Amino acid sequence: MIRVVLPAHLRTLAGTGGEVMVDVAGHVTIGAVLDSLERRYPVLEGALRDHVTRKRRPFVRFYACEHDYSHHSYETPLPDAVVSGKEPFLVVGAMAGG
Amino acid sequence: MSGVRVLVGTRKGAFILESDGTRDHWSVNGPLFGGWELYHLKGSPADPNRLYASQSTGWFGQQIQRSNDGGRTWEPVGNKFVYDGPTGTHQWYDGTPHPWEFKRVWHLEPSLTDPDVVYAGVEDAAFFRSTDGGQTWHELPGLRTHSTGSQWAPGAGGLCLHTILIDPQKPSRIFSAISAAGAFRTDDEGQTWRPINQGLRSEGIPNPAAEVGHCVHRIAMHRSRPNVLFMQKHWDVMRSDDGGDSWREVSGNLPTDFGFVIDVHAHDPETIYVVPIKSDSEHYPPDGQLRVFRSRSGGQEWEPLTDGLPQHDCYVNVLRDAMSVDALDPCGIYFGTTGGQVYASPDGGDHWRPIVRDLPAVLSVEAQVLP
Repeated sequence: MIRVVLPAHLRTLAGTGGEVMVDVAGHVTIGAVLDSLERRYPVLEGALRDHVTRKRRPFVRFYACEHDYSHHSYETPLPDAVVSGKEPFLVVGAMAGG
Repeated sequence: MSGVRVLVGTRKGAFILESDGTRDHWSVNGPLFGGWELYHLKGSPADPNRLYASQSTGWFGQQIQRSNDGGRTWEPVGNKFVYDGPTGTHQWYDGTPHPWEFKRVWHLEPSLTDPDVVYAGVEDAAFFRSTDGGQTWHELPGLRTHSTGSQWAPGAGGLCLHTILIDPQKPSRIFSAISAAGAFRTDDEGQTWRPINQGLRSEGIPNPAAEVGHCVHRIAMHRSRPNVLFMQKHWDVMRSDDGGDSWREVSGNLPTDFGFVIDVHAHDPETIYVVPIKSDSEHYPPDGQLRVFRSRSGGQEWEPLTDGLPQHDCYVNVLRDAMSVDALDPCGIYFGTTGGQVYASPDGGDHWRPIVRDLPAVLSVEAQVLP
């Protein structure tokens, strides 16, 4: 199981608290985690990435193990620490609050 | 006794204000969806407890929320607003081509008869419909793909379809308004549209009397007389007596003919309300006095309504979707400000007082009468 931390607004929207766990079959890539997350919480479709282009929304960032994966392709494998559940995959709202 | 529910959308959430028919004492419920922008909430005329809300942020995009119990509980429904077919370009502020991109839902207009049918006006300007209570949305592309679409340019708030009015006598006739393209009318429930801007003059465009390019801020009608339309344009208050085929100016003695809101008294179709705002760029009331102006003659002659409204040092704005009327007798008038006040008059505008004073900036106000 992959641990995913969502920003507060998306936790409220998805009706979850704290971390969420998603199951990823096969390679644990950024795209596979996002696909699994959206399957489990369909309300998040469109909130992380565009419905049509699938591009990451500009103010959404992806971090893991103190590394910024926001600009990596969806095929990028995530680190072993995320795959093993030792570290979470972080979905972050960009710092743009003023 | 009947009650009133006022749905308030703000920059940081939604609020629901309720009172009995006296409109003396109000309960305040909120914030709902705290931290999100609520551009608009509206109830179904066919089922007052069916509410729709447009919830968005720049971070996480668009959500539509639906309530079946008058706003006590909500559920997110469909948020997939995808243009139907190639999108092409509209004009950017400098006249260069700019690709059409969905940004947010500005206005939700439920059907007059079916709680599951609701229309959405969006930015970049397009007209969507849901027939399953907001679960799925489909663009009716006839408006966006109108032959003039590539000439439309955004207003300061974006290229937004912000007004949808359904003709109660002929529901397939719908009026819409887009900043800064103008007003449009369909007679086949959104399949085909025609611009209805004859008589408008806008000095900020190359041809002041062009077919499109007018920054229409708001249109209003009285349900008993849908051929008579009132318009607050960027400049000028206008009136049409022929369903928008032609317009004439009725700004009359207003201190400034700029403003955003316009609405019609629930029981007197010749009584209309505006809130004059100083512009071109100040966007606050003239002389620091917040005044609603009422015309009892369908425009031209206006009287200021000030009792209970701040008459000095007031520099708030009243945005285009932030005025509403209730259908009680006497008619109640409501408006919200960018300073977070929601003012109510239970007597057609003669006396005002704030229901709440310190909300986030108000984007929209909708009043409902409850059985």
